[in-house]
This record gives sequence, C-alpha cells and structure tokens, in this order.
Amino acid sequence: MTAFKRIDKQSHIDRTKLISFQFDGKMTNGFAGDTLASALLANGKTLLGRSFKYHRPRGIIGAGIEEPNALFTTGIGGRTEPNTISTTAELKSGITAKSQNAWPSLNFDLMAVNQLLSPLFGAGFYYKTFMGPFKKSWMMYEPIIRKAAGLGAALPDLDTARYDMRYMFCDVLVIGSGPAGLAAAVTAARTGARVVLAEQDFEFGGSILSSGSEELERWRKTQIAELEKSSEVRLLKRTTAQGIYDDNLVVLNHTPESHSALMITEQLRARTIIMATGAIERPLVFANNDRPGVMLASALRTYLNRFSVAPKKRAVIVTNNDSAYATAFDLAEHDVAVTVAEHRSALSGDLLAKAAQLGIAIFPSCGISDVVGEKQMRAVRLSGRHAVTIECDVLGMSGGWSPAVHLTSHGGIKPKFDEKIAAFIPGGFAKSHFGAGAVKGTFGLLAAIREGEVAARAALPECKKIKELDLPAIREDRKYSIQPIWNAAEKANEKYAFVDFQNDVTVKDIRGAHQEGYLSVEHLKRYTTLGMGTDQGKTSNINALAMMADLRGLAMSQAGTTTFRPPYSPITVGAIAGRTVAAHFRPKRLSPLHDWHVNNGATFIEAGLWMRAWYYNWAGNTPEAAYIKEMELVRQNVGIADVSTLGKIDVQGPDAAEFLNRVYVNGFAKLPVGRARYGVMLNDDGVVLDDGTTSRINDTQFYMTTTTAQAGEVMSWLEYLLQMHWTDLDVHVTSLTDQWGGMAVSGPNSRRALQLAFPEIDITNEALPYLGVMDFKFEGVGVRVLRLSFSGELAYEVHCSADYTTALWEHILNAAAPLGIKPYGLEALASLRIEKGHVAGADLDHRNTLDDLGLGKMAGKDKAYIGKELRFREDCQAPERWSLVGIECMEDGAKLRGGAILFAATDEIKGHGRGYITSVTWSTELNKYIALALYNGGMKHEGKEIICAFPLKNENVKARIVSPHFIDKQGERLHA
Amino acid sequence: MRVPCPHCGERDVAEFRYGGDASKMRPTHDTGDLKQWHDYKFVFDNPKGPHLEYWQHVYGCRQWFKLNRNTATNEIIGGEK
Amino acid sequence: MAKGYSIFSLVKHALRPSEPWPEAWEKPEPKSSYDVIIIGGGGHGLATAYYLAKNHGIKNIAVLEKSYIGSGNVGRNTTLIRSNYMIGGNTAFFEKSMQLWEGLSHELNFNCMVSHRGQMILAVSPGQVDAFARRGNIMRLNGIDAELMDRNEVMKELPYLDYSKEARFPVHGAIHQPRAGTVRHDAVAWGYARAASQLGVHIIENCEVSAILKDGDKVVGVETSRGKILSSKVGIAVAGHTSHVAKMAGLRLPVESHILQAFVTEPVKPIVHHVVSWGAELFYLSQSDKGGIVFGGHIDGFNTYTQRGQFHRIQNVMESATTLLPFMSRMRLLRHWGGIQDMTPDGSPFICKTPIDGLYLNGGWCYQGFKATPASGTTFAYMIANDQEHELNKCFSLDRFEKGKELDEYGIGNWAYKQ
Ligand SMILES: Cc1cc2nc3c(=O)[nH]c(=O)nc-3n(C[C@H](O)[C@H](O)[C@H](O)COP(=O)(O)OP(=O)(O)OC[C@H]3O[C@@H](n4cnc5c(N)ncnc54)[C@H](O)[C@@H]3O)c2cc1C
Ligand SMILES: [Zn+2]
Repeated sequence: MTAFKRIDKQSHIDRTKLISFQFDGKMTNGFAGDTLASALLANGKTLLGRSFKYHRPRGIIGAGIEEPNALFTTGIGGRTEPNTISTTAELKSGITAKSQNAWPSLNFDLMAVNQLLSPLFGAGFYYKTFMGPFKKSWMMYEPIIRKAAGLGAALPDLDTARYDMRYMFCDVLVIGSGPAGLAAAVTAARTGARVVLAEQDFEFGGSILSSGSEELERWRKTQIAELEKSSEVRLLKRTTAQGIYDDNLVVLNHTPESHSALMITEQLRARTIIMATGAIERPLVFANNDRPGVMLASALRTYLNRFSVAPKKRAVIVTNNDSAYATAFDLAEHDVAVTVAEHRSALSGDLLAKAAQLGIAIFPSCGISDVVGEKQMRAVRLSGRHAVTIECDVLGMSGGWSPAVHLTSHGGIKPKFDEKIAAFIPGGFAKSHFGAGAVKGTFGLLAAIREGEVAARAALPECKKIKELDLPAIREDRKYSIQPIWNAAEKANEKYAFVDFQNDVTVKDIRGAHQEGYLSVEHLKRYTTLGMGTDQGKTSNINALAMMADLRGLAMSQAGTTTFRPPYSPITVGAIAGRTVAAHFRPKRLSPLHDWHVNNGATFIEAGLWMRAWYYNWAGNTPEAAYIKEMELVRQNVGIADVSTLGKIDVQGPDAAEFLNRVYVNGFAKLPVGRARYGVMLNDDGVVLDDGTTSRINDTQFYMTTTTAQAGEVMSWLEYLLQMHWTDLDVHVTSLTDQWGGMAVSGPNSRRALQLAFPEIDITNEALPYLGVMDFKFEGVGVRVLRLSFSGELAYEVHCSADYTTALWEHILNAAAPLGIKPYGLEALASLRIEKGHVAGADLDHRNTLDDLGLGKMAGKDKAYIGKELRFREDCQAPERWSLVGIECMEDGAKLRGGAILFAATDEIKGHGRGYITSVTWSTELNKYIALALYNGGMKHEGKEIICAFPLKNENVKARIVSPHFIDKQGERLHA
Repeated sequence: MRVPCPHCGERDVAEFRYGGDASKMRPTHDTGDLKQWHDYKFVFDNPKGPHLEYWQHVYGCRQWFKLNRNTATNEIIGGEK
Repeated sequence: MAKGYSIFSLVKHALRPSEPWPEAWEKPEPKSSYDVIIIGGGGHGLATAYYLAKNHGIKNIAVLEKSYIGSGNVGRNTTLIRSNYMIGGNTAFFEKSMQLWEGLSHELNFNCMVSHRGQMILAVSPGQVDAFARRGNIMRLNGIDAELMDRNEVMKELPYLDYSKEARFPVHGAIHQPRAGTVRHDAVAWGYARAASQLGVHIIENCEVSAILKDGDKVVGVETSRGKILSSKVGIAVAGHTSHVAKMAGLRLPVESHILQAFVTEPVKPIVHHVVSWGAELFYLSQSDKGGIVFGGHIDGFNTYTQRGQFHRIQNVMESATTLLPFMSRMRLLRHWGGIQDMTPDGSPFICKTPIDGLYLNGGWCYQGFKATPASGTTFAYMIANDQEHELNKCFSLDRFEKGKELDEYGIGNWAYKQ
C-alpha cells in the first residue's frame, strides 16, 4: 500500500542524476535534489519511525527542520549519527539510513504494547510510582526505563570526520533566503557592503522552492545570479544560524559541499543582522493526527512542487486558515482529488471560486473527528455536521503559521502574541537587528520582498542611493486570514490527539498537567516533556501553550511562551569542538630540549600543559626502577635535568628592588648584585601563592623564577600590581619562560662537570659560592649560571636563550662525559627534593600559610609585604594547624603512599585525622620510604610514632615524624 | 561578548582574563588593618547593573584595565584606564 | 480521590479517568503575616519550609517565589549528587545530604528518581591519583563509600573513553563513589513543594520580594509584588540573587554572581552508565533517564546576571567532551542554558545568622547546591526554628574569612571567580 508516487513534473530534482542509498538494509533510489525524506516518499515509504513513549507508528509530517518523526540513524562505524532529520538531509549516494526506536522492526515493534498501558502512562506518571518496595527501589526500575527511552543509539567508535572552525566578520548577515532574505541580501549587496547570506537548506529560495511558480523561479534565479556576481557577498548554503551570542556573535554551522572538513562552524561577528527566517506551519490537534499519511499541508505542497512527489489519488486538507488552499489547488492541478475540511464557516469568494473551478469539495465548519488506519492512514472521518468518512491517501493539515522567532529572542527579547495571525511574533529587535517577511508575521510574498529591501536599507543607513529591486510579476498578495483552533479533538479522543508527536504528549496530558497545577509554561513543558524532543517543540509548543492558556482562562499574551534557547537545530558536539580535540586539545607546551629527550630515550608525562621528561631508559624501563638509578647518579656523581618549564620573569627598572621587596615576604631590597635568594609570595589573604629563586643581575635588573604550575598566575599578578596599583613604581616585568631554557647540573661532581664544559670560566667556590649568580658568554652565547640546588647536592642551574639550550645541554653532556654525567627526569627531580625537604606543587595547595610550610621565620618582622595583614587572622595562627613535617616509614616491606591520612599512634582510625602525606619517595640515602606531610602541630611532634592510614587499600602503616630535611641538615653539600 | 582593550581595541572576551571587582580601594601597601583588608578581599557589592571591574588582555597586549559593564545585560558602559 | 501516589492510585485513576488528580501543591493567596517567611522557591527554600513544618511543627509558613517554583538553579543544574568532601565540616554535611537523598522519594511520596549510579572522577597524573586518594581515604574514614581504581579498572567500566596513545591527558586512574549519582531536579522542587503544601505551607508563586522590612536591628517582614507580608523570621534562599536580596537588608556579602552553563544532547539509548568527571579540566557528564547526555564545565568567569553564556566557554566544554569521550563528537547538542550561581571566595556556602535579628541566610552554593538540598533544608530549618546553628552548619558562617577558617575544598584559592 503506497500513498505517494513520483510524478512527471518539472521541479528541483535532477532526473539525470540517479542516486542510490540504503534504507533499513535495502537499496533504494532517488535523484539529486531530493532529501532523504522525499526520496523515501517517492518510493512509497510512509511508515518511517516509532514514537518515543508509546512506539506508535509514525511517518513524515513536515518537509523541513521541524520534523519530529522521521529521524534515522545514518552512516556506519565512526560516522554513525543517530537522529538525523530525513526531511533536511540532502540525498547523497551511499547514504545508509536505519529506522530507530523499534524492535524487532519498524513494522512489528514489540514496545508498541506501551500503547495498551497508555491510561497508566499519563504525563508525569513516573513521579507517582516506582518508589517501592525498598528505599533504593528506583535502582531496580531505572535500567528498564532507560532502555525503553532514547531514540537512536550512539556507537563508541572514534569519529573519523574532521571539523573546522572559522572566524569571520561582515557588515550584514542575512539569515534565510526566502523572498525576504533574497531581497535583503541583494539590496545590501548593491551598497558594496560585506554581506553574508546564510541558508540552512541546500538550495536558496525558501518558500519559493515550494511554490511551483515559474515567475518566482525566474525571480529567484535572477537574484542569486546578481549575488553571485557581487565580490563582497558570501553565499552560504547548508548553513544554519544556530545562535546569536553577546555583541552579535552569530554561530553558523556550515556543511561544505567539497572540503576536507565534514562541517565548518563559523563564528561570525556581524555588524548588523537581518532575520528572514520565515515561519513554520502548525499541525491541528485531533484524534489520531499522528498516523502516517497525516502531514502538514505545506509539506504536501513542498513534496509536490519541489520534489515531484504527489499523493497517489486522493487528499483531504483540513485547515483553519487560507494558506492551505495553495496546497489544495496545486494538488488538484496535478490530478489529485482534493476535499477540504474547513474549520471556518465562511471563506472569501476568490478561494471558493478557484476551488469550484478545480473541482475541490469544501466542507465548512468542520474538522477531523478521527483518522482511520494504523501504519498508513486510509480514511478520515469529518467532525461537525458533515460527519462523513472520506477515503484518502493523505491528510494535509494546517493550524496556521508560527514565525520562526527563535533567533530574535536569543538575546533575551521575549516574543509577543499577535492576535491577528494567532501567533507569536518578535517582541522587538535588538539595536542592530532587523526582520523581514514571515518571521515578523508578514505572510504575503510581495510584502516580504518589500520588507527585505526596507530592512537592508535600515541596516545600512549610510547607503541611500541604490537601485530599487525588481519585483516578480505576480498578483498582489491576498490577505492572510485565520481562525485559531488549538484543540480540535473530541473530549473522548483526547488521549489519541497528539500535540507533541515525538514525545507523545496528548491533549489529555495537558489537561492532566493543568489539573495537577503544573500551570506555568515551564512547568507544563517539564512535567509533560512537551517540546523537549529533538524538534524542540517547533510544531508543538504553541498549540500546547494555547490549550493551557485556555484551560486557565488566560489570554495568550498573559500566558507567555517558553524561552528559546540555542542551538536553533541540533548540532553535533564535534562540529562545535572543531579541531581542538584529542591530541590537539589544549596546546602541548614543549621544552626547547623536547626533541633531544625524544631522541634519547625519555618517557614523558603531562605536567599541566607541559610535556616533561619523566625518566630515561638508560636508568630503567619503569618509573619506579628508573628514578632510583637517576637519584643515585645525582647523589653520587652528577646528573643533568631539564628545568626549562620553570617560570622565568625578567624584572627591570629603578624600583625593581622595592617592588620585589613588597611582593616577597622576605627582604629583597638589599640583595647584592650577583646573588640569588629564595623567596615566598603570599596572596592578599596571606595564603602562599608561590615560591622561587630570584637573583640580582645588576642594580636595576632581577631574574625571577617561579614554579612551573604558577608561572602564568604570578606573571599576571605582578602585572596587575604594577599597572593597576603601584603605578608610581618604575618597573617592567617580562616573561622569559618560553624564551629561555634551563638545566640543572647536580651532584657532587657538578662543579667538575661545569669546569670541563667551561674551562675558561672561574667557577670555584670562591668565584661562585652557594646562591651566587654569574653571566658570561660562551661561544658568543649569553649563559647564566645560578648556584642553586633543588636536590640538596652541590648543584648549578645553567640558563640560556631557548635557541641554544639544546646545544648547551649537549655541550655539557659531551664535555662531562668522562665523569659519567647522564640526564635525569622529573620523577627523580621530585624525589631528590623530598629528601632535601623542599616544598613543591604537591605540598602547596592554596590552603597553606607560610607557617604551615615551616617558613614563618622568613617573613620580615618590620617589613611590609603582601598578605601580611590577613596572614595573622585568628585561625591562620592556630597552634593546631597542619604544618610541614618529614615522615619515615617504620615497617619493613611496607610502603608510604601519597594521600595517606595520619593519626597519632593511640588515635582511633577515623574522621579527618591529624594530617596527610603530600609527597612520597623511596630514599636512596636512607634506604626506606620517606615522605613530606602536613601534620597537626607540625614539628612539635618530632620523633613521635604515627599511623599512615590508607583505607582505600586497607593499609595502616607505622611511621615516625622526623625533620623534613632528610639529608644534609647542615647544608654542607650545598656549600661544598 | 567583545571587550574593549584600551590599547588594542575591541577583542573577543576569550582573549581576556577577568580580575574581579575594581570598585573597591585597595588599602595602600603597608597600611590598613585586618578588617580593611578583609573587606577589600572578601566582601562584594556584586550589583545587578553597572559594575566596575578589572580585566587583563592576557592573550594580547597583557595590559590590565578597568571596565564599567552592566552585569544585567553584559553591555559595556565604558572603560576607565 | 487518594492523595498518595502509588502504583495503586495510578491504576485507580486509569480506571476512573473522570476523577482528576488533586493539585500537586495548593496555590493560596498570601496572608498578611506568617511565623516564618522563606524568600526563594528553589530547592533550598522549599526544602527548608518542608522541614520547618515537619521537624519543628511550625505550620504558618510562606515560601515566596518571584516566578514559578523551580525557575532558578534547582531546575537548571546538571543533577549530580555526591558526598566526596574532605574538608572538615563539608564531609559530614554533604554525607548527611546523601543519606537524606537515599530515602527522599519515600519520604516525599514523590519519585525524585534518585539514581545511585556512581561517579568516577578521572585522574590524569600520578599526582592527581594521590590527591584523589587523600579524598577517598577521608571519605572511608568517615564511613562514606569510595574506591580507588587503576587505569585498567576504569577501562572496564568506561570503555568509551579515549585510551589511545594520542590521548591528551591520559587516564591514570579514578576515584569512584558508588552512591553518588543523579536526581531528577524538577522533581525535587515539586516533591518538596507538594509535601510542604500538604503540611500547610503556603507556596506563593509570582511573588517577588522587593524590600526587607526592619525595625531597628530586627526583621519584621517583607514588601512584595503581592503586597506587604509580615514575619519576625525571614530566611533568604535565593541562590544567584543572594547579594541582591541581602542588599535589601543592607548587607554586603562574600558572594559574586556568575553564570554556569549546562548542555544536553538528543536522547540516545543507554551508553553512559555513571557520572563521569575529569581531572584535566572541570568537566562532568551523565546520561539522563530520557537518554540525553547532560554535561557541563566551568563558570564563564565574570560577574553576570544575564543567564546568557559566552560561546568560547561552550566551545571549551565541547572540546572536553569530544576529547574525553570521542563518541560525543557525533552526538547532537540539543539545548544549552545557563544559571546564575552564587559563588563564594572559598567555594563553600553560608547557612548562618546575619547581623539582623530574625534574618537568616542560606546561599553561596556555587556548583554544589543541588546535592546539598536536603541537608541545607534540614539545617536551615533547624536554625530558623531554634535561632541557633545546627551542628552540621556551624562551619558555614559569614565570619569565616575574617577568622581564616575558609573551606576551600578544591584548593583553588580565595577568588570567587576562579572557584
Ligand atoms: C548549570 C548549573 C549546573 C549545576 N549543577 C549542579 C550539580 O550537578 N550538582 C549540584 O549539587 N549543584 C549544581 N548546581 C548548583 C545548584 O543548582 C544550586 O546551587 C542550587 O540549586 C541553589 O539552590 P536553590 O535550589 O535554592 O536555588 P534556586 O533554584 O536558584 O532558587 C532560588 C529562587 O529564589 C528566587 N528568587 C530570587 N530572588 C527573589 C526575590 N527577590 N523574591 C522572591 N524570590 C526570589 C528565584 O526565582 C529562585 O527560584 C548547578 C547550577 C547550575 C547553574
Ligand atoms: Zn590589548
């Protein structure tokens, strides 16, 4: 039984280009210019989907973006997309489409039993049950409900498509290419302005494409030809304006015809925007109005005139307004027998005359009482005084038109109700926004063209003298007339009268919501799920809101409408993400030595955005094995590590010393030239911001280093203080983090290593003592050597410009090769510093005070510094605060673990404990696990035995509180 | 949203870093008691309407500046250097 | 007909469709005075009214809501509940909330679809595994469920993540709270409203408070769009509008209003069976019972009351989604929206008295107010009834910044806009 056929009629399909595609496993044909939906209809397919809740058989309703039913899963493997709208999907060869939400098949869907239970499944029924018999019973019901819900299925496969992002500007963006949009674009283009015309369809023309009028087709082609010739115009088909964000950022989703990207998301900054987005036809609500074969009247016209697809023999049209007659007349002219059920009692003479001429029977004052047929409608029963049954292939319905006001209200302007056309129109336009045509409720074609022209002139007031548009030679528009009918269902049938097709919301559900007090528009929507489907209520919302307003005895203007939220139509997540995904998600920061590490056996680890050398394969193949060897190398001989990721800031100016003296808790005013000092900064709240070493290069220049993690924060903070508050200080700060590289040369043999590398330079203990700094040129390159130690060994940091860092690194490695120097990685670096008791990222967590870290004494008593005042808040000084201690493991074979919670030996092991382990390492010097920790009361408890609880692994390990400086407490190695 | 950098002109908000309420006077360095610093750091008018605030053109010229913006509409009312 | 909801009453109504269900909550006209007024008909306001009536026997209560109930964040959030807090004070409070969630549908006789599907937070570095371990250990030590999972275990549970070599921020492990999950957000507002209404609470919609009336240092009532209403006890529970309403009483607070955006895709068949959160960037996701993938990220980051998000943040969140869960690339974003969040410098809330006698504050909920709803209602009701803090909300005081007792659960530092 087929209801449609392809007829021999000139239209927008190209019969010379046959296109094959697969639907539910069967090869099927269509033509270029078809949509998936029109091709399926042409092949006589009308049962195309199952509804969300009751699994009722469904067919195509619309011919555009509003379609609630005919959604398919398209593509295979990594290109599978669920819920593709068949009425907008351009037919392409090789498409595979599958129907959804039916099992075992569309034709025989077991879940259709839900229909029998529909008296139970009224709106919100799930809020009233599934609560027992146990407290957590929902966990029992949920999996069943979840399985039943959802439309198509998502496959976990990696997406094989590419998506691009584009950033553009224009003077005028015209959204929509119907008569109003074309007129606006052409007018704007004539001024020479930069114009973008965006059309979601794969063809420009909007309603003209469905008109079947040769004159309009001629006019359309003329306008497009002119636009194509204008150099400042970008014509974007297959482009949906998804949303308008602050300051006219319009997000366009563009599917290019031939491009390596599947989709391009364009962020367009439009100086002005002309919305010519048209209107969407509303269904009428009556019993079984969801049966396959019941469609929007305008959709029937589109399938006929644009795709040459016509109902087999007979059509019934039901309407409350004039627009449906265009469909009736066009169908009749193509040999379809047409009957009209007209809700209104009187019609204008010209319509009656034309109907009579075409042999169309009109039944006034009546609607549809019921639709016969389940998987394909066979007949309709009229309501009212002409209660006859009419056999037919299709039923076209028109409940009037809703302007597509969505984009006009993205900025927060609420639409307002226009009684004349019984629809919401834009509540106004933002400053640089204009509207034209049906979106404003102007349903006449010539009027739309004139409005488009006016809008373009208003958008570009500076261009007055341009040629006026040619109008198509057609009859003057007839006045649109409508008598609103929101609910045409007979009371007994309200449970089969669908308002929201996709989510199966019926008139009965709306009545139920009203009875239960879910009155506001949002409550109605959320309680019944009205308008929450993939179609976002494009066909359903207004009917439902009007019914509720009616039940409440309110005027539509009082009831209001739902909020229109972007996106205008569903858009894939990948299309918005663009190329900033997977390996390209967030830039990878690489040290200048990165390639060297890659080529020399390093394994990497992420540290924030940085990729850092974690360990090297010379030392082992797992981090656990390797870091121990690398540590031993540094403790016993000499190693070299990449420290380029440290924040490096050049601080210059006559007041540089004063500036640093303010930001650091300790004094920097009197730091001598050629000397470095460890410093700590606080935030205004007295909490530690960062630590690092800063050295004085000359009287007015300092070289600051920060931790890797806080480099960006510190830089911004310094700039903020200088630019916004301490404008009297003559200081400039410049980040050198990326411009300079650095390496730590550490170990008892580090001085010998550097002597081998720089034999000309005097780096004896006298010339370069601990915390000394020295600049020199090596082979013409500026080198800065700082005698600092993170590991606690005799050590140096060698910094130079990033371009030369690798050469310098290789030079030191080569020169010191006789000593056995080798690289060591981040894991060893971090472990060495734990042995030395240096705090780092893991121990600093934005909650520590200076005293917590055992650094309270560093702060100058008589000196001002940032954070001084709030540092002394009551609780920040409490004696029981958790502060830094060292911990050593007392159990053989046991391990200390980061994140273990600490208890005194006699405590009950519960609650929040007295502290926790911040960082752990195996100590190669002490041959045991050691850790840094924060502990209640801190070093007061030195020597005490504690328990390190790690209930996640059911471990309680005995340990002892010791000094956090596990090695070289006197600092002899540093000064050696 | 477009933020007007006093040096570079209007740029997308994504290029900037927000720096909070700028209507409050920071106590002069080395003055102010705990209460004054507390109010400065922790208490906000948080108005629904014009709001003076700090921004930094962090992915641009790195200049900090003050901006007067309406928090009820996101409209920029004016800059203050 | 039967007031209670159950499968039996559903069947009865199905058989006798002529007899309608009663209103879920009544819609009375406001009286001229009440014993207690709660400003704000969000989750917290409605829960507070319910517990005031139920636990403290106060019956003469009004909840004043400027729009429809649930129009604020309770109806905009991403519905996640969890009790994985490690800072003293937070731990007990949020666990109390979790315990109340467990019996809530029963207690309210309204199915809030409390789904204990479990939350996995993915660690992206060994350091983060340690940090999560600390959290999990504290949870265990406080009787809260938590499990540490290694990469292989995560792969088994979440097979759809990117485990390829190219993955940016590879998964090192996860912390799992099996009892964490999701709750149907609207149902929470409606369920509390219905239960409170049955106890005699007046829920008054479309009633905006425009002034707080004081007599010296005492509160005496409020001015509203529906007239003056008197009461000697007024509780503020207006989330994103906290500063705005507190200002009516002359208070300035450690609160900033910021937009948080949320996203939902088209419904698909079940694929994500947990709540999944990420350690690389703030990002969280779950699949609703209807099938839509619900997800979100960080606040936009500057003060605003517009409820309109910035596109670059939308882009960020989509990038996170696609990077962590490659299948998300082909999922279609159906809707996105924003809610105005009351952000505090330490990311923790206030449930406390104010300098004005009889005026109580509940606000500063940041990202976490939804999961807090039952405990917030319970403790706020206790405090209003007894004019004294409940043991569980002592830590949420206004003076904690002055005292240096901030509760910075995630170690972000004292900036509302960075929390
Ligand atoms: C996008 C988003 C996602 C979130 N996700 C989560 C999550 O996953 N988990 C979680 O725990 N939390 C989450 N949150 C936070 C959580 O939603 C909120 O913290 C919580 O809902 C706030 O409490 P409430 O429910 O009482 O607030 P609201 O629901 O906002 O209630 C406040 C009410 O006060 C009313 N009001 C305001 N001013 C007045 C006035 N003058 N007179 C009368 N009435 C007034 C408002 O209209 C509103 O209804 C999220 C928030 C957002 C925005
Ligand atoms: Zn700039």
